[in-house]
Amino acid sequence: MADVSEKEKEQYQGLQKRYETKRPVLKNCLKAFFVGGLFCVIGQAITYFYIYFFNFTEQTAGNPTVATMVFISMLLTGFGVYDRIGQFAGAGSAVPVTGFGNAVISAAIEHRTEGFVLGVGGNMFKLAGSVILFGVFSAFLIALIKTLLINWGII
Amino acid sequence: MQTGKQSWVFENKPVILSAGTSGGPDEGKGNLAGDIDVLHDDLWMGEDSYEKAHRVLMEEAVEAALDKVNVDKEQVRFFIAGDLINQITPTTMAARTLGLPYFGIFGACSTSMEGLALASFIINNNGADYILTGTASHNGASERQYRYPTEYGGQKPPTAQWTVTGAGVVLMKKNAGEKNVPVTTAATIGKVVDMGMTDPFNMGGAMAPAAADTILAHFEDLGRDPSYYDLIVTGDLAKVGRDACYALLEEKGVHIGREKFLDCGLMIYKDEQPVHAGGSGSACCAVVTYGHLLKKMHEGVYRRILVVATGALMSPLTYQQKETIPCIAHAVSIEWI
Repeated sequence: MADVSEKEKEQYQGLQKRYETKRPVLKNCLKAFFVGGLFCVIGQAITYFYIYFFNFTEQTAGNPTVATMVFISMLLTGFGVYDRIGQFAGAGSAVPVTGFGNAVISAAIEHRTEGFVLGVGGNMFKLAGSVILFGVFSAFLIALIKTLLINWGII
Repeated sequence: MQTGKQSWVFENKPVILSAGTSGGPDEGKGNLAGDIDVLHDDLWMGEDSYEKAHRVLMEEAVEAALDKVNVDKEQVRFFIAGDLINQITPTTMAARTLGLPYFGIFGACSTSMEGLALASFIINNNGADYILTGTASHNGASERQYRYPTEYGGQKPPTAQWTVTGAGVVLMKKNAGEKNVPVTTAATIGKVVDMGMTDPFNMGGAMAPAAADTILAHFEDLGRDPSYYDLIVTGDLAKVGRDACYALLEEKGVHIGREKFLDCGLMIYKDEQPVHAGGSGSACCAVVTYGHLLKKMHEGVYRRILVVATGALMSPLTYQQKETIPCIAHAVSIEWI
């Protein structure tokens, strides 16, 4: 069995597929939709809170709202709740900014045992680093396209 | 004695003198809580890192095994053990505490039977009077090494498995005509089998062919069939892997019967615990075999069992470099005489 042919591998993978528990995709999508939606409702409520009780406008309330949401995410991660929400909601809790917060904070907590500089500092963006890199890069591309289109008088 | 292509028969029947096990919070809530000697209700176990807690598990299992019998630590010749963490450091740190001559072994989750086979072979051939062998794993330490930070909110698929927090160690002894004890009678050393599976969230499915390969080799080398055993138990194939392995064996004409073909990963936790497909980790097979199954042998439920510990020998590096998952399984036959 050491030299397994490609055919045997395929055969086994076919057999294995029959016993593999499938992801409940539809159920996961619905859960993600509702939990993700709930997060956004909370975010919207916080935005209104900042507009009505503080000197913010609809344009400027975004920043304190994001900060507050990430702060809540930090508490939930620290108390060991966010990973359970994540298992239930999947993309619903991963896609909003709280998911990004969780990725940074969980890594920071995890690597606390290796000290602040090499542990927390070096590993905090282990998961979130690629979000930042590719987020900034795609923003750059979109901005470039927009600038060119404006220069050419198309928009 | 070498038998067949890849098996040993231990004609001097090395004795499993005593066993010690430890476990974490989820194991304490599981099916076999009553069979585990030392239980912790916190993953940290009073230490400041998961890796140090991992070491504590191993030390406690060793202590528990030694405490049960009148054997002084100084009489033990070798300590053969390993775990899942890089460079098997938790086991090495435990060996530092123990101060015994030490063989560090790595067989991923097959480590328990790899150690038991080697210890039996050494004792069978007069290489030692007493040997301690076992393995430990820690859920938090494995999660952070193999997957994501423990508090990261990623969703796991239903094929994923839950690394057991715990340790299982046995003290083996040269047979001096003992009766009414569990002994090891044979072992089959597995080959690395890779069927091209790539999903690290489906280790059971990847390891099933290795388990089937070793079981088939065991029967062929020793001229036995499933009727020889009261129970054939795999290490941590869990739901998906157990079914796939059973189907592979049926395909090759080996009919065991589902009630005689169990898996440690499906025995350790209760159904309502959120462990996805079942338990895994090197301690899974060790805790269930040394804690639970040996007890059942004492109670007379089983006379002859074949324990097949299964391991997935990948690392996060090989997975990210798109290597497939190489797997292995080692089988040891334990009998009551």
